[in-house]
Amino acid sequence: MAIQGNRKATWSRKAVSTAVTLFASVCAMGSVQAQETFKVGIVSFLSGQAADSFGIPAVNGAKVLVDAFNKGSAPAPYNKVGFGGMKIEAIYVDENGGATKQVQEMRNLYDRDKVDAVVGYVGSGDCLAVAPVAEEMKKFLILYDCGTPRIFEDGKYNYVFRTASHAAMDNVALARYLKAKDIKVNSFNMINQDYAWGQDSKKDFTWTMEKLYPGAKAGEDQLPKFGAGQYGTEISALMSKQADVTHSSLWGGDLQAFILQANPRGLFKRTQVVFSAGDHVLPGLGDKMPDGVILGARGAYGLMSPKSALNDWWWDLYSKAYNVYPVQAPYRMVQSLLGLKLAVEKAMAANGGKKPNAEQLAAALRNSEWDSPAGKIRMALGGGHQAIQETAIGKTRYDAAKKMVVLDDIMRFPADCVNPPANMKTEDWIKAGFPGAKGCP
Amino acid sequence: MANQLGTTVSSIATPVRYTVMWALGICIALSLAGMVMPKWLTFLITMAAANGLVSLGIMVLMRGGVVPFGQGMVFAIGGYAAALLSNKLGIKDALLLTLCGGVIAALIAAPFAPLLSRYRGIFFAMLTLALSMVTYGLLMKLEVLGGSDGFNMGRPTLFGQKLPDESVGYIMYVLTISVSTLMALLARIYFDSTRGLITVAAKENELRVEYLGGSVRQAMAINFILAAFCGGLGGSLAVMALGHIEPNFSFWTTSGEFVFVAILAGWQSVIALFVASTVLEVVRSFSSSYFPNTWQMSLGIFLLIVIRFLPRGIGSLWVKGGGK
Amino acid sequence: MLTILIDGLTYASWLFIVALGLTLVFGVLKILNIAHGSFYALGAYAAASFVGWASAMKWAPGFTLVAMLLAAVAVAALVAPLIERGLLRFFYGRDEVLLVLVTYAMFLILEDATKLLWGANPYYVSEPYTLFGNIDIGNQTYVGYDFALVALALVVGMAVWWWLNRTQQGKIMIAVIHSSEIASSMGVNISRVYMVAFSVGIFLAALGGAFTAPMISVQPGVSVGVIIVSFAVVIIGGLGSIEGAAVGAIIVGLARSMAVHLAPVAELFSIYLVMAVVLMFRPEGLFQRIQARKI
Repeated sequence: MAIQGNRKATWSRKAVSTAVTLFASVCAMGSVQAQETFKVGIVSFLSGQAADSFGIPAVNGAKVLVDAFNKGSAPAPYNKVGFGGMKIEAIYVDENGGATKQVQEMRNLYDRDKVDAVVGYVGSGDCLAVAPVAEEMKKFLILYDCGTPRIFEDGKYNYVFRTASHAAMDNVALARYLKAKDIKVNSFNMINQDYAWGQDSKKDFTWTMEKLYPGAKAGEDQLPKFGAGQYGTEISALMSKQADVTHSSLWGGDLQAFILQANPRGLFKRTQVVFSAGDHVLPGLGDKMPDGVILGARGAYGLMSPKSALNDWWWDLYSKAYNVYPVQAPYRMVQSLLGLKLAVEKAMAANGGKKPNAEQLAAALRNSEWDSPAGKIRMALGGGHQAIQETAIGKTRYDAAKKMVVLDDIMRFPADCVNPPANMKTEDWIKAGFPGAKGCP
Repeated sequence: MANQLGTTVSSIATPVRYTVMWALGICIALSLAGMVMPKWLTFLITMAAANGLVSLGIMVLMRGGVVPFGQGMVFAIGGYAAALLSNKLGIKDALLLTLCGGVIAALIAAPFAPLLSRYRGIFFAMLTLALSMVTYGLLMKLEVLGGSDGFNMGRPTLFGQKLPDESVGYIMYVLTISVSTLMALLARIYFDSTRGLITVAAKENELRVEYLGGSVRQAMAINFILAAFCGGLGGSLAVMALGHIEPNFSFWTTSGEFVFVAILAGWQSVIALFVASTVLEVVRSFSSSYFPNTWQMSLGIFLLIVIRFLPRGIGSLWVKGGGK
Repeated sequence: MLTILIDGLTYASWLFIVALGLTLVFGVLKILNIAHGSFYALGAYAAASFVGWASAMKWAPGFTLVAMLLAAVAVAALVAPLIERGLLRFFYGRDEVLLVLVTYAMFLILEDATKLLWGANPYYVSEPYTLFGNIDIGNQTYVGYDFALVALALVVGMAVWWWLNRTQQGKIMIAVIHSSEIASSMGVNISRVYMVAFSVGIFLAALGGAFTAPMISVQPGVSVGVIIVSFAVVIIGGLGSIEGAAVGAIIVGLARSMAVHLAPVAELFSIYLVMAVVLMFRPEGLFQRIQARKI
């Protein structure tokens, strides 16, 4: 009995040791491969006025997504571990401090921290400043959030990409929504922050209205300082000049202050208020948000995101981690990282499984398209460097049972309806009456 | 008094040779070091040197006892001038653009000089701050200048040669270091000259200087214009290195940082200025890396430690007592 | 026309409450406090917390106003001694502009400290805002709270004026404003006076923040917009002068109101322009103090 047991023991010991050796060698091979990581620098606002509304939600989205990627738990076709098997290492940088500082920080990311790609930038000024620098350094850069059309309309790039639509579609869609819902507009007032974002939004809306509502008159044109926070005077001015529609591209703390100050004074009852980028204040404001406000999210995001398995997965991932549903900023981050993931994997398939360099990444991302929780993203403009996507506009209503603001009357606008074609600048396209616009509701 | 001053000047004139040699040596050493430095470091030092030039202008004024809190204005003017000349008028030569930036900034600041020379202390600081914020407001409003986004500047050329991608950073580095060294040298000579000494005397006691025949107001006005020239030089070098200009150049926080560098350096040693500027850039850069969520706090703590423990600035570390 | 006046007045009251502390701190301590906006933000956050507790403890809505007042007091009581004893006193006597840099450093530190303490999410203090109902004037509807702020501005202004001019402590403070050396030689405890002045200054800033909190979303970045506008008011009115702060607030309030109603394009740098113009012609502000020239 003992000898038999012994032989069994020896045999099983051998088996175990062989298994262990095999396992170890597989691990070693795997770990040699996995030791190489893909370093990505993520730049967004961690402090300052854009932190709460755009920067921190986006960074939170990135964190939870990178974790999911590294575990390989994303749904297909995103289910490879990390990027093509390489673990993702993310370095977070604060975008606050001005464009000069951002140029320096980006150089540090590429040269000192040796990142393989940078994904970042909410501020249009920052985007405009860093894009030529990445191009000169021949390093791969994805702009994930900034709105100005000027990046690819005024310049040509090989290494710089933007994985979200630019701001043209926000106000075009907003005006089209009014038209499609047959809302009468004889006059409209505007209040926008006095800097590039506010001024561009105001212009896009005004030009679009000229085309869609030729008889409508532009009334008050308020341009409060960015960060003013006190809008009593502006609200009085807006209320003293009656208008059917009041348009605003206000965002963040300014938008919230405006809503809190204007609502008790009855502005929202006297005029139809439309916000081009207002979805991000809905979770916080809750029942303080007036009903019936027409707003956009700069894309089919948040409560207006299309139903899909990918979106459901993303929604749960983010909500479980942060106790709030994802609004526009984290959506833009996720679509950017998804596009990056596919580009890396496509480039690796083309170059034999090595970590791709900037040229290979650029070649892979150029003209590509992929599915995101917000719909299909297509790199169709700017020589294949600028994305277009669909968008949606909805109307607010506070749902007392769910204890949150929901969006009703959601209308979707396909990408080709609200984005300029590849060969036209936004301003020219709107002023020419949207030639080539397809599929508009 | 003239005789006294004359002897003082001539007794200082001999070391000018040494100062020039020192300056040349440092310039060459830094240029050589730049060849082996990582690119992010050359860029950092380029920006530090450009910013240091603006602080040099502040030092010129601080020796007279006034602290300008609005040098962002001349920094922005120099930068916008260089960028506009390059983009709109096709002037591409880097040296020419630098010079133009300085001259245009000085010209635009000149009408304000007689006005500002009447003020001292906090009012001088506040008036310069107000002027720089008015400039900021104007720049934000003017959409032809890009409004709040600013605009990008094309790459400059040097002596007619195009600058290739790989070495443009290094060439800008050498250019900036050279201009800074030259200006530092000129500043040193100016500080030791008659007018420079009058400035220092005015800081001590203006009434006595006036009584002895010097014109304090004239000294202050000229100092202001010189400071504007330095600021403009810094601005155009900065915009060429960055490739982008925006109204933030004229914001009060930018001006505040230039003042901080000048105070960190102390008013005695010109070299300390560029050292201080580099230190600030390094601290800013690393606190951003290590404390992405609290870099403002780390920067603030650093500022406080310096102001507290180095009351006479970095310069006091190697310049003893009443030395110059 | 009436609208312009009313808007100017309500905005001016807000400006006055917010800027008063700044002028007081400069008048006594000769410190131009760039961190003023940060204390304002602290007051706003503290109010958010205190009102939150008051609601949780089921206090009557009217007591939320008391809660906000207490919040401002708490901020002053906790923060002022810490900063004044722990930081500022090392820099007294140094150049005025140096102190400006010290306060700038303070501003940077407080920005991140506030973010660390309260997080980056927005806070809302909504109960007090509806306390005073709405008031209809002409065809405009105003929120009663804005007019309550006007009342608060008057009360605060009077209180500070009375304290400075009618109490012994206040008169000692004025003596220190005129000349700290002579006051000291007369036996005044200068450091105590500085401490009190600084505390009151911070209290006023925090008060501004606390009572503004119901109108805004309290989040990182609220301090930035306040700093420049407080400066403008204080510089126009004269650093160190209470009456000056009031007049400066009214001027800025009316100027802005006129710009917004009549020429919105000019709003952005109208404030800087007024500031620059006043500085050029009357640099000590409109209510200058006669300074004896020292040889």
